[in-house]
Amino acid sequence: MTLEAPRTSTTQFDTDELVINMGPQHPSTHGVLRVVLKLDGERVIDADCVIGYIHRGIEKLSENRDWTQIILLTDRMDYVAAATNNLGYCQTVEKLMQIEVPRRARYLRTVLAELQRIASHCLWLGTHAMDIGAMTVLLYAFREREFVLDLFEEFCGARLTYNAMRIGGLPLDIPPGWDKKVLSFCELMEGKLNDYEMLLTNNRIWLKRTRDVGVIGAEEAIGLGLCGPPLRGSGVPRDLRKDEPYAAYDEMEFNVPLGTRGDTYDRYLIRMDEFRESIRIIRQAVEGLPEGPIMGKVPRLIKPPAGETYHAIESPKGELGYFIVSDGKSTNPYRFRVRPPSFCNLQGLKRLVTGHLVADVVALIGTIDIVLGEVDR
Amino acid sequence: MLETVVVPLLKIAVLLNAVLVAVTFLVLMERKVIAWAQSRLGPMRVGPYGILQAIADPIKLILKEDITPAKADKYVFTLAPIMSLVPALVVFAVVPFGPDPLYYVSDINVGLLFIISVTSIGVYGIILGGWASNSKYPLLASLRASAQLISYEIAVTMTLVSVILTTGTLSLVGIVEAQREGGLWFAFVQPVALMLVFIGGLAETNRAPFDLPEAETELTGGFHTEYSGMRFSLFFLAEYANMIVISAIVVIMFFGGWLAPFPNVPALAFLGFLPPWVWFIGKIFLFLYVFIWIRATLPRYRYDQLMGLGWKVLIPIAIGNLVVTGILKVAF
Repeated sequence: MTLEAPRTSTTQFDTDELVINMGPQHPSTHGVLRVVLKLDGERVIDADCVIGYIHRGIEKLSENRDWTQIILLTDRMDYVAAATNNLGYCQTVEKLMQIEVPRRARYLRTVLAELQRIASHCLWLGTHAMDIGAMTVLLYAFREREFVLDLFEEFCGARLTYNAMRIGGLPLDIPPGWDKKVLSFCELMEGKLNDYEMLLTNNRIWLKRTRDVGVIGAEEAIGLGLCGPPLRGSGVPRDLRKDEPYAAYDEMEFNVPLGTRGDTYDRYLIRMDEFRESIRIIRQAVEGLPEGPIMGKVPRLIKPPAGETYHAIESPKGELGYFIVSDGKSTNPYRFRVRPPSFCNLQGLKRLVTGHLVADVVALIGTIDIVLGEVDR
Repeated sequence: MLETVVVPLLKIAVLLNAVLVAVTFLVLMERKVIAWAQSRLGPMRVGPYGILQAIADPIKLILKEDITPAKADKYVFTLAPIMSLVPALVVFAVVPFGPDPLYYVSDINVGLLFIISVTSIGVYGIILGGWASNSKYPLLASLRASAQLISYEIAVTMTLVSVILTTGTLSLVGIVEAQREGGLWFAFVQPVALMLVFIGGLAETNRAPFDLPEAETELTGGFHTEYSGMRFSLFFLAEYANMIVISAIVVIMFFGGWLAPFPNVPALAFLGFLPPWVWFIGKIFLFLYVFIWIRATLPRYRYDQLMGLGWKVLIPIAIGNLVVTGILKVAF
């Protein structure tokens, strides 16, 4: 019989870190995100995101499609906000070719982009609340999202992947009576927003679960490359609709809601305010909708001159940028690169979750509002 | 022989079947009520308005493949769901459905103590089930469950003691009789205790907003992640049977058990036309409805917040309530 060496410390227990694999098959990772968590008890000491489960090679595929076909592929990146993806891409090509887009088309694009923002935020609100356990909000938010999808269906025939824009304008004018329906939806949505807020905003459990969870300062948020609501939640006034106006945003009046604390609750409040600002923009755009053509002067064969350009728009999730290189000879891009907001915001997850509890991880995945189709592309 | 063996056995058989049927329909009720709260229809396909869903679900679960994970502790893994369900059913032995001995299996003089002790055994099922699964998510969940149930049990039991102080008896029949003689439901005498027992009851049955051990969006189902088929449904049955138990305790302790509302008001005496057991079951379902309503409305607490609420809020209030009750009892 041998004697074991005495332990160096008598007061400390032997504790191991627990490595737990969250996803890719997990109900609240919003798709196929895999997070490898290192836990000390229930506290997260490290988190690693593993992505790539839904990589379809959209960027490489685009190099072998002609310029109009790529619009279809952009639908499939952030599939809950397809219209904004279309918008960003079309505007980038227009910038490269210096095409003037008619005013009516720019107004309609603004309406579509803001409707899309409402639909995307509805999905965010529903899933975020569901992750924290408020299951009814999910159904309510999806109910209203359905109205937006109906509007899109009436406009372009599709409900999820719209292919709603063309280089130089829009493929279709709005059907008769559509603008009235949009306005009545705005009215309905305003009432429903109060319903959501009644369930959550002053709910003590909701406050406990979101206040001071995942706090990130302005400087650190910029350092991590966050964009969209997570960046504005930390008080950074960066909204491309204001800073680098595109479509018809320079003619619209709206505010950019900002947070002060940079926690999950601030990001929640910002998005709730963005709902209202979107409604405001839609009202202005629909009521001031000018007459005129919906397509600019576009050559039959789209062949941008040789050169490269980067253009970014404010998608519901943040700065969605496209970098395109054209060699001026072929009918497809030489290089096509996307700067997806979800991917950049996901960078912040590790920093946000470290030190928090397991339950906060799902709340924080919800608060950065990622879509894995866009992260992996 | 007839009185001591046959009649109790018959009563037990009827009661067990009634409880199990009630549980399956409670599941249906939950699905329907939550659906209505969420502006949906809920189950509509099986039978008129989905009534037969309550029968279709158990049939499906029984017919499903029953998987034991290769690395699980087989005996404990099998034992856990049984340990979870049996106490939940045994409790009904002392629950009085009416004043007459016909309406209860037994009226032991420590009925409340019996309920408190037996329901605490149920948590072993959850702990062992999570542990024996030999899987990480269930393990986390069972650790949460044990901490949660212990902390809330203290608050609930301490609060029940303050009710016992006012009645002077532990017999459930005696407690209801005391409310009849007093002419007042204890909900009006002990409102603080009512809130404490109800909140604690929510936590003890792992219901929202305290459903951490089975938080599906965090722990993917929690302690029953690895369970399937009938063994999973035993956990499910246990949870719903426990909901009925907590409702029954609340009704007996605070809402006059089988008594019609306001037994002291002569103008309301006509309410006695319904038999006592109908009042009792009606009140139970009212509280079950509240359970479901809460689930449809509130988000979930976080683990540390839940422990904080239990130890820093509920237990001090329970102790204070006990002390105040004691002082008032001695003073008057």
